[in-house]
Amino acid sequence: MSTDLLVEPSRQSAGQRALTTFLRSRELSIAIVLVLIVIAATLKRHTFVFSHDGWRDTLLTPSILLLLAVGQMVVIVTRNVDLSVGSVLGITAYATGKIFIANPDTPVVLVFAAGLLIGAVLGAMNGFLVAFFRVPALVVTLGTMYAFRGYLTHQAGSKRIVAGDIPANFEKLGTQQLLTVPVLTLIGLAVLAVVGYYLHTARGGRELYAIGSDPDAAHLYGLNVGRRVFGAFVLSGALAGLAGVFSVARYATAFAGTGRDLELQAVAAVVIGGVAIFGGSGTVWGAAIGAFLLVTINRALPILGISDFWQGAVVGGLIIGAIVLDRVLSLRRAHQLIEARDVTEEEG
Amino acid sequence: MATTDALEPATTRRGYPSYSRNVVQRLLLNREAAVIAALVVVYVYSLVSVDFFDGPLTTYNILKEYSPILLMALPMTLIIITGEIDLSVASTLGVSAAFCGVLVKEHGVDLTTAMVLTLVLGIVLGAVNGFLVAYVGLPSLAVTIGTLALYRGLAEGLIQTDRIAGFDPKWQDWPTERIGGTNVPQIVIPVAILAVVFFVLLHFTSFGRGVYEIGLSPEAAHFSGVNVARTKFLLFVMSGLIASLAGLYVMLRADSAATDTGIGFELKVIASVLLGGVSIFGGRGALHGVIAGVLLIAVLNSALLLSNQGSEVIQIIIGLLLVASVISSSFLSRFRELLPRRTASTNQVSGQKSRKAPQ
Repeated sequence: MSTDLLVEPSRQSAGQRALTTFLRSRELSIAIVLVLIVIAATLKRHTFVFSHDGWRDTLLTPSILLLLAVGQMVVIVTRNVDLSVGSVLGITAYATGKIFIANPDTPVVLVFAAGLLIGAVLGAMNGFLVAFFRVPALVVTLGTMYAFRGYLTHQAGSKRIVAGDIPANFEKLGTQQLLTVPVLTLIGLAVLAVVGYYLHTARGGRELYAIGSDPDAAHLYGLNVGRRVFGAFVLSGALAGLAGVFSVARYATAFAGTGRDLELQAVAAVVIGGVAIFGGSGTVWGAAIGAFLLVTINRALPILGISDFWQGAVVGGLIIGAIVLDRVLSLRRAHQLIEARDVTEEEG
Repeated sequence: MATTDALEPATTRRGYPSYSRNVVQRLLLNREAAVIAALVVVYVYSLVSVDFFDGPLTTYNILKEYSPILLMALPMTLIIITGEIDLSVASTLGVSAAFCGVLVKEHGVDLTTAMVLTLVLGIVLGAVNGFLVAYVGLPSLAVTIGTLALYRGLAEGLIQTDRIAGFDPKWQDWPTERIGGTNVPQIVIPVAILAVVFFVLLHFTSFGRGVYEIGLSPEAAHFSGVNVARTKFLLFVMSGLIASLAGLYVMLRADSAATDTGIGFELKVIASVLLGGVSIFGGRGALHGVIAGVLLIAVLNSALLLSNQGSEVIQIIIGLLLVASVISSSFLSRFRELLPRRTASTNQVSGQKSRKAPQ
């Protein structure tokens, strides 16, 4: 648009640039931490990864938080937040159980579709309130978090969906593996890939980033902010719904408290993954690695000799560390840009 | 009340010039008055139609149960008015109870000394939040989600599996004893004093003015001589101190400290503050509205329990009230634009809303 460029176009080849971007990426640092933790835990106890159950759990346990983190990331990147995901997960988990009680022969695909649909409807409620009434998402989703949880408690009471209510083929799905990779994790990764590709390349995805960077500017530029934000909440709700179905498949139980406190974990995973809480930057890959890291660290700490009572403290320290790191990195980047500008001005 | 109305920002999204309306409208058509009216209506309705609501235990229980929420809502109001948020209050409460319990039971510290040390701990924990938010410049939402996990983790690490119980009865009974022959527990005395202190601090001091200015525009506040970083820092310190005070109260009331003490309180506190008419974008709100907001939830809860409704109904109602409160203010501002004004020239402010804070 302007010939007066702030920074010269790179002279490096595309391959080199991709490599530097990768090496300098925020996601890589988190991934390295994750790998180090897995290695340390495995050195201490080989079964952490190198056993049938260990390998399965390493991949399977994070799959639920992975879905929530992907949905949450899409919402956070638009400078909103969805605190209701834990309650949405609880509702769909309980609904899944109810469907099986009503008709144990329900095809599994239908159950997944139902979970997605229920989640999407609940997400649409959030999205409608946030996007069309222009009210702060934090307040609205805090409200719907209470309302959905209250509704679930009203329906479920002290009743529980137990393993006996769940047909065997669905329960087996929770631990089923394909080429040693659990099916649920595969679905989670597929969702991650689709959402990641969409955010990275599609027009709609880029618009989400633009909205998060500056909602007013995005509006003036002509983007339909309301529609995109609505879409982000529907996606977040749908993925939370899917996570509810996962939760039943994995744990074969659902009750009034299912998914409680998961909303803050999902936000934490996103923050650890390097997504700015004020929107506009970060990747869904980072959020996914953040989710894996959060769950893995909980499993690894007892093995590393840290009593599990201190796990919460470690996780909290990790979140603080991640945001401080982001701050340092962004300050450095700002300095580099200022230097680049000064150099250009001196030359010009 | 007139003071708070005068502070009503002229440039926020709900913005309209306060003095375009006459004094009666200003006093009656605001969020605080609406919450207080709702409180009175619910209270009177419950007195008339809910069995046993007029019994001697109702007031006592309401005040006993909701004192910690009320305490933590005081500094939270100021923090949210600056446009920040503190999600870590309930974890600070939990770790304070745990710390005091461990000092007394495992290290044989005298309870009074332990309580003083716990309040110091509260100040330190608040200062950590305040330092990261005010001086490092990190977003408070992210920082306090981190310290929410961190402080809760410290509480778990301190207590491990034990539940610490059995404190000095002298201290233990004090907060829940009734004042004279009334139905008011003694904890209300410190709560009331602190409420007055915070009310004066927010509405009648230059510090309080600074709090509103920061919420409206941090840059403008900075240029008009408000020490933005110090103000925010002090607010988080106050929040930590009050949360640990609430932790001591909860510990003494239950005569125990456990890893889950106060879990989930942060959202209750924030819900009551927002219900009380404080804008999550900052710059708007008043303390009497917040106190009415806390009491509204408390009275609703008590009335519903007495009419044999489960605790889930109150959850649904809190949720709907929160959503309704933000939507109604969005509606009200549009509705008010249609009303005749005193001065036409001051109408121009409610155009583009400024989205300064996220969420």
